[in-house]
Amino acid sequence: MASAQPSPGGAAPNGNHTLRVTDAQGDAIKPGGDHIFRTLCLMAVLAMMATLTGLVISLVSGGWMALSHFGISFFTTSTWDPVADQYGAAAPIVGTLITAFLALLLALPVAIGVAVFLVEICPQAIARWLAIAVELLAGIPSIVYGMWGLFVLAPWFSAHVQLPLMMAVTPGSWLETLISGVPNGANIFTASLILAVMILPYIAAILRELLMSVPSHMREAAYGLGCTQREVVMRIMLPYVRKSGIGAVMLGLGRALGETMAVTFIIGNSHNFPHSLFDSGSTISSTIANEFTEATGDMHISALIALGLVLFLITFVTIAAARLLLGRAEGPK
Amino acid sequence: MTPKNPENANFDRFLHVRRKIYNSVFLVLTGLATAIALAALALILETLVVKGVAGLNMAVFTMSQPAPDMAGGLLNAIVGSLVMCAIGMVIALFVGILAGTWLAEYGDGTKLATVVRFLNDILISAPSILIGLFVYELLVRPFHGFSALAGGVALALLAMPVATRATEDIMRLQPYALREAGMALGANRGHVIRSIIWRASKSGLMTGALLSFARISGETAPLLFTSLGNPFLSFKLTQPMASMPTTIFQFAMSAYDDWQRLAWAGALIIAVAVLTTNIIGRALTRGSTYK
Repeated sequence: MASAQPSPGGAAPNGNHTLRVTDAQGDAIKPGGDHIFRTLCLMAVLAMMATLTGLVISLVSGGWMALSHFGISFFTTSTWDPVADQYGAAAPIVGTLITAFLALLLALPVAIGVAVFLVEICPQAIARWLAIAVELLAGIPSIVYGMWGLFVLAPWFSAHVQLPLMMAVTPGSWLETLISGVPNGANIFTASLILAVMILPYIAAILRELLMSVPSHMREAAYGLGCTQREVVMRIMLPYVRKSGIGAVMLGLGRALGETMAVTFIIGNSHNFPHSLFDSGSTISSTIANEFTEATGDMHISALIALGLVLFLITFVTIAAARLLLGRAEGPK
Repeated sequence: MTPKNPENANFDRFLHVRRKIYNSVFLVLTGLATAIALAALALILETLVVKGVAGLNMAVFTMSQPAPDMAGGLLNAIVGSLVMCAIGMVIALFVGILAGTWLAEYGDGTKLATVVRFLNDILISAPSILIGLFVYELLVRPFHGFSALAGGVALALLAMPVATRATEDIMRLQPYALREAGMALGANRGHVIRSIIWRASKSGLMTGALLSFARISGETAPLLFTSLGNPFLSFKLTQPMASMPTTIFQFAMSAYDDWQRLAWAGALIIAVAVLTTNIIGRALTRGSTYK
């Protein structure tokens, strides 16, 4: 067989004995060879980077007019008045932070519970299907969550939680201040609730993969010492994934910070600084989604883009920290 | 020593009972958490199916957007969504697969690759509304008009990092022996990648494509100020074009009952589309997913 003959120096069987010139990567340097493809690939990578750079540049240049005009008062006042061209973004910024953290507070215990249940407690045959169900929850488009929140959750919440609570509390107490607001169910708390439902499967799915990565000999050793399941989970498994786990949580937080549609449906969209948990409010993304196409003047558009820049900075820090904590190797593949 | 009759002097019966109780409480709590998550899924799907099916009929697929109180459907939105998703997918797959290839093959180990990988992971999770703002500044403001093309580009920018990540991940799974075998036959590196590695990763690339499609087909926020929306059936790429999510948004926020019914029907269609794409994508490669 011709192909079985040893050909010294990797030369072709037709007796071509020219020396192969290669670059550092071991690729032959030949005109029209690998290099066109290689350059094409590199250009694709550069295009990706150009996206991110362009994103930053466009946000900065678009928002510059508002930022330079209002200066620090853009962040400290909450007058949002397109008619008078006065813009202060304190309300949406605070609204974004409150809803995201409240959502995280609500979702995290449940997400940990789900992940632990699926990995350690539930029989694996059932756990696989449950895991798929939880991931499906993560796949539902946010607009569906928003509609569900507006048409199902908000009316239910106002009738069965908000009104009874308002009846029950003593007038004038701090509790009343906390839950005062128009009882229509469209408020900061229900927005956080919807956000919590949205990020719950997301965090649970990553935590589940992390928990599954705990070496089985560690768990077995703990069980061998007579630990209960609670002790194995709390003292061995959760501490083992602590660092990446925090990354997973921050990834969920990043998602809650940037979520637009679901929140726009249900938060009530008021520009007033929120005074209570059941007050209607706004987030950065809901403000942009609501007003951008109807923005009247250049300053209005610029103020909205400046809001976008603030959102970008907040989420960038959160996601970057999350990715650093998650790492590439131990994170979800 | 049997648990029933402990003879060990150090055995503390109360501690034992307490640990058992704690453990049972813990087990119940985790079960409860799972029940809550599943209940949420069931509640949302139930509402979606009940209200969606009630609004579903042939007209939804054959007629365009109605005026309030008139018969009509979502044809313009469905077509618009398909057109813009197609534009987005073509761009995203072209750039994404090439970029993923560079990360997995050429750039591996370089500083640039580390940076690119990190930034790509950030882009995956970046809020979609910011992509919308960017494309508005890039393609809408300079040309003084919303266009389907801008919408498609916005979707492409969203799908691109997902496709890049998926491509890189799947190409890394291919064994080195494959590459060595190809090179031993005298093929250069690009040839090996294109005709061996890509072919071996076919199902994985398909999954990546489906997952990025699932990611963009439900996106609303970036389309709001790029493609805007259009009450009529349109195929012009330089004109505003309707899309499912923005139409649903508009209808759901409206005060008309029949528009809201259409919105639920649309929400059902889009949820079914996204969920089936997800399931098919996952079934293609049985394994873990990435976010």
